[in-house]
Amino acid sequence: MTEQAQRRTPAPPPGTYLGMPTFQKNAKVQLADPQLRSNLRHATGTIRAKRAERVAEVPEWEQLRLAGEAIKNRTLRHLDTYLVQLEESLTKAGATVHWARDAAEANAIVVGLVQAKGVDEVVKVKSMATQEIELNEALEHAGIAAWETDLAELIVQLGHDRPSHILVPAIHRNRAEVREIFLREMKQYGTPAPEDITDSPAELAGAARRHLREKFLRAKVAVSGANFAIAETGTLVVVESEGNGRMCLTLPETLISVVGIEKVLPTVEDLEVFMRLLPRSSTGERMNPYTSVWTGVTPGDGPQEVHVVLVDNGRTNALADPQGRPALRCIRCSACLNICPVYERVGGHAYGSVYPGPIGAVLNPQLRGISSKIDQSLPYASSLCGACFDVCPVRIPIPDMLVHLRHEVAEHKRGHVGVQQTAMAVAGWVLSDHKHFELAERAAGLAARALPNTTHLGPLPWPASPWTRARDLPMPPAESFRTWWRKERGEAR
Amino acid sequence: MAHRFGVGPRVALFATCINDVMFPGTPKAVVQVLERLGCTVEFPVEQTCCGQMLTNTGYFDAAVPNVRNYVKAFRGYDYIVGASGSCIGAVRHQHPMLAEHAGDPGLAEAVADVVARTYDFSELLVDVLEVTDVGAYFPHKVTYHPTCHSVRVTKVGDRPYRLLEKVKGLELMPLEAADQCCGFGGTFSVKNPDVSVAMGSDKARHVVDTGAEYLVTGDNACLMHIGGLLHRQNSAVRTIHLAEILASTEGGAA
Repeated sequence: MTEQAQRRTPAPPPGTYLGMPTFQKNAKVQLADPQLRSNLRHATGTIRAKRAERVAEVPEWEQLRLAGEAIKNRTLRHLDTYLVQLEESLTKAGATVHWARDAAEANAIVVGLVQAKGVDEVVKVKSMATQEIELNEALEHAGIAAWETDLAELIVQLGHDRPSHILVPAIHRNRAEVREIFLREMKQYGTPAPEDITDSPAELAGAARRHLREKFLRAKVAVSGANFAIAETGTLVVVESEGNGRMCLTLPETLISVVGIEKVLPTVEDLEVFMRLLPRSSTGERMNPYTSVWTGVTPGDGPQEVHVVLVDNGRTNALADPQGRPALRCIRCSACLNICPVYERVGGHAYGSVYPGPIGAVLNPQLRGISSKIDQSLPYASSLCGACFDVCPVRIPIPDMLVHLRHEVAEHKRGHVGVQQTAMAVAGWVLSDHKHFELAERAAGLAARALPNTTHLGPLPWPASPWTRARDLPMPPAESFRTWWRKERGEAR
Repeated sequence: MAHRFGVGPRVALFATCINDVMFPGTPKAVVQVLERLGCTVEFPVEQTCCGQMLTNTGYFDAAVPNVRNYVKAFRGYDYIVGASGSCIGAVRHQHPMLAEHAGDPGLAEAVADVVARTYDFSELLVDVLEVTDVGAYFPHKVTYHPTCHSVRVTKVGDRPYRLLEKVKGLELMPLEAADQCCGFGGTFSVKNPDVSVAMGSDKARHVVDTGAEYLVTGDNACLMHIGGLLHRQNSAVRTIHLAEILASTEGGAA
């Protein structure tokens, strides 16, 4: 039997995130897919307009953003205190707290907890932390099936695919593609989709509902993440739209929540700021349909065994870097993805991580370091247009952080001799002194005089090809401004 | 107008490296407009570049000499003006960071001093000279692309629109998705050429759709990118810097 046949759940595409080529190479592949570009343009355009409309309704939006930033900064400044307080509160409320330094430890803890219950399947609430640690594959290797119950995550899982967006992981798929996936795959993993299903959203949602229902009712263990964890009370919060989260959080006997350590908030009162910032930034809604709030174990109601796995996985590295720290304020709303002109054109798969888009470009190199090609290329995956900062509900200065990370990459590559290093060394010399600059100007002027009838240069060979493949390059004029000024106004000033 | 003709302030011109070499018509236009408004314009020759290309590619050490040059060239002036939202933004936003990176408190102090007196051309006109009608005449249909750094870093706001509105004969055509980046992005344009061109092609399409004869911005680098695409497509739309429109008069072309 092949490995594919032995699996309990659909296999993801081959390869690993860290083994992916650079953003530039991935982007080229994605750009060549007209269906993807059309799906993304439509989806990001729609959600962007919805967000703008809902944000415009709140006159104190900028104050809310400042409050969100301030609360997160204070929490991160005293993270050690709040985390210990969270552990105490959770324990008092009947939950069991586990600490995980990295993905491997977190996965081992969850696998162990599920095995201890003697079951071979779990239902899952959509969770970025479990995507980040690749929990589903760790469970699969232990013979445990992890079923995604969020509609878009289900589409991704059944499509043998990877998520391409934080909030809408199947944003790269359209209805026709979803119909094909449901028809082909559902019958292999449970209740099949009706043979005569069309691509109407209601029918597709109905098929997912029936497919998931038996899994909800059968499951003994659920795995979730958390949007917020309140230190003062030990309360966890999950914000969602479909009600699948509520099913997972209330029906099974055992609930395991995997939570990044930056999700902690000091008090319940702090939620009022984030419950206003998150839905409007994320889905462009005034409020989200389902907010589940639970504090440990409530006897006779809901899961009677509650575990919380607190995961570091690179977060303390980011915390240690004053320039990188703001990324930990992120509440995973994905407003920066939706507004980003680069994301809109290449989609999430080019970023080599479950965190794509502008936030991914700053978060991944911090969580994973900059030793891989993909992580070295991510800080450059931006035109630095700044639109991401404008929409970020917690004011993460993504453009400044990208520049800071580019500096780290350049330092990491110090000593390498490449085109970029050479070009920057030459540019550095030319621009360091006006006498050097004037020499370069004279060279440009000579080139212009050598080609007196040329106004633009067309396609040129490497190294000019990246510019000139699609864009003409204007010729410099024979006389620079400086030369003109000297001629007209004399040497002195 | 706050300043009468001939007794306007003394202004130091920051030409910017790209305008100096590639688009000298733009700094010449700044000189023309400012002198028309009674200013005395000086050009400190020690200047080179804001260093943004080096900074944004991660080469902070190589960018520090640019900060020192800028301070050396422009110290002592009450008003320093450049016709680029991006370069002025880099001076204001990145020079303090680079001075800190250099670990030089003296430089940081000098930077804070010079940065506070550095203006984008549109800001100098509207805020310092308190003028929106500069006596320009440009009888053409134009569309304006608000470049990202002019809006989000330098924060020129609606000043360019207010200046364009007062140009005689000019018809301003609204640009769809004006707030979206054109995809130039400095070294992004050659490090990620495919994405850059995809973004630029959409911008160029929106520009052509306006029916304008000219695309105007306050940044020649963005114009070089969008204009390069338009030229390759044999489009009739020409590119022009805001300063060159403002320098045009009924008596003669800019």
